[in-house]
Amino acid sequence: MIRTQGLTKRYGSVLAVDEVDLDVREGDIYGFLGANGSGKSTTVRMLLGLVLATSGDIELIGRPMPRAAAEVLPQVGALVEGPAAYGHLSGRANLTLIDAAGRGGTRASRRRRIDTVLEQVGLDQVGRRPVRAYSMGMRQRLGLAAALLRTPRLLVLDEPTNGLDPQGIREMRDLLVELHRRGSTIFLSSHLLAEVEQLCTRVGVLDRGRLVLQDELADLRAPTGRTVVLTPDVDAAHALLDGRSVLHGDRLLVRGTDPAALNAELVRAGVRVAELGPERRSLEDVVLAVTDPDGVARRGPSRVPARGEAA
Amino acid sequence: MILVELRKLVRRPRTWVTIGLLDALPTLVAILLAITDLGPRAGTGPPFLSAVLSDGTLFPLAALGIVLPLFLPVAVAVVAGEAVAGEAQGGTLRYLLVRPVGRTRLLVAKLVSVIAFVVLTVVVVAATGYVTGALLLGDQPLQTTLTTSVSGSALSATEVWQRTGLAMGYVMISMLGVAAVALFFSTLTDTPLSAALGALALLIASTLLLTLDAADALAPYLPTRYWLAFIDLFRDPVLWRDVVRGALQQGAYVLVFLGAAWANFTTKDITS
Repeated sequence: MIRTQGLTKRYGSVLAVDEVDLDVREGDIYGFLGANGSGKSTTVRMLLGLVLATSGDIELIGRPMPRAAAEVLPQVGALVEGPAAYGHLSGRANLTLIDAAGRGGTRASRRRRIDTVLEQVGLDQVGRRPVRAYSMGMRQRLGLAAALLRTPRLLVLDEPTNGLDPQGIREMRDLLVELHRRGSTIFLSSHLLAEVEQLCTRVGVLDRGRLVLQDELADLRAPTGRTVVLTPDVDAAHALLDGRSVLHGDRLLVRGTDPAALNAELVRAGVRVAELGPERRSLEDVVLAVTDPDGVARRGPSRVPARGEAA
Repeated sequence: MILVELRKLVRRPRTWVTIGLLDALPTLVAILLAITDLGPRAGTGPPFLSAVLSDGTLFPLAALGIVLPLFLPVAVAVVAGEAVAGEAQGGTLRYLLVRPVGRTRLLVAKLVSVIAFVVLTVVVVAATGYVTGALLLGDQPLQTTLTTSVSGSALSATEVWQRTGLAMGYVMISMLGVAAVALFFSTLTDTPLSAALGALALLIASTLLLTLDAADALAPYLPTRYWLAFIDLFRDPVLWRDVVRGALQQGAYVLVFLGAAWANFTTKDITS
């Protein structure tokens, strides 16, 4: 659905996006991770034809961008760096205007489609209130409603839970899962690891403009081959396991992939076990391992954040 | 997209407030003239104003003459300066472009909506001028009046009507240059105010240079040079020279600045 090759954006002497090869497949919920200023937004804007790439190729739904924008973008719903609407008009009037502004989506079905998306995002009870009077969360929902108007095959969402309260975040997550179940591919850019970990099937990590990791989330989080044991009898366990274990904080990491056998062994020897299970790396561990915290190694200390990359 | 832009124009309260304010000044002038009966001496003050005391049918022209030098271009610069920069500032520009609306189409739609604003404003000002002129000024019934042209000969009522129509058209054309310049600036910046002020700076510079003998060589290229040529439409016979030059000059401004706006906007990174 999204494929880029050597995608590069240079602002003067600053390399904002550097040779990025994205590969988002149909049916993915793709989590695009990166710190603020890592080039996420610039990449998203290039995918959508807002920012023109310095070099490299972009393919969206099998067509080259930005050349085929007129055919591709009607099948794409996007939320780019926060929602925007005309404040003096109602949410419904805003959706009508944006739908009427371009192709794809007929006039005859407009009213019905607007009703549907407003209900989907939970704004159907708002009525004629102007957007000026909306809360941040309501604006975010309106933005998502606009993205859903033509039941897009691909959703490109930049930080969709920004400004939402915990309840709103949960509803947004449920909505995205539902949309994915109905067949939309979702490209979600975020700096929130937890959000991506809960939602996504595939992950790409951008660090200072470079794509440093791209893989299935399930593979990244596969068991590491060690078992984590939490026990009050640390010394006894250590003695029993004889070199197979390392103490990490209050946890004992034991080599070996069979937690059941290890449990039996410990209990037989009278070691009390509070918790026990296979060790998995968290997404945070994975991301921290591939990103380079000070950037000195790769690009020198003078790099400033890219334009359009909100702090 | 053009219809969408026109809908946005008429649904925006500011459009009507601007037109209302533009209308207020000539109306105030008409009221003051009617009460005091003190017109400016012939040949001084805004065009036609000395004539309207005896002849109310000329007041639409006087009204246009009052708003033309400053108020109307300010309003046009603000509306055109807002066209693209306003969308950028509000964040709606990126959503229009990913909708997708082609950048050229968006620019054309914006220009059309600015022109619609000019037409609407000129028509409203002239219509209000006609009503206030008929109600407050000029005592004789329209049909029998023979209006005096600027050259001193008589014009029939039909001739006055025709020439008033032509003058309205010419005033509209005169605003195209400002509109194109402001639209160009509007594609350069994300702040509508800067775009409007940039266009106004050009107008002020032009007005200033026109008063300077040393700048005579520049005069034919200055955008405000031929604005008042609509008075020539009321000479007998009509003095077409400056009117034609003015129209051609405004056309040239539109071509150059719209071209620049297009070149800039279609290759620009949208980071707003």
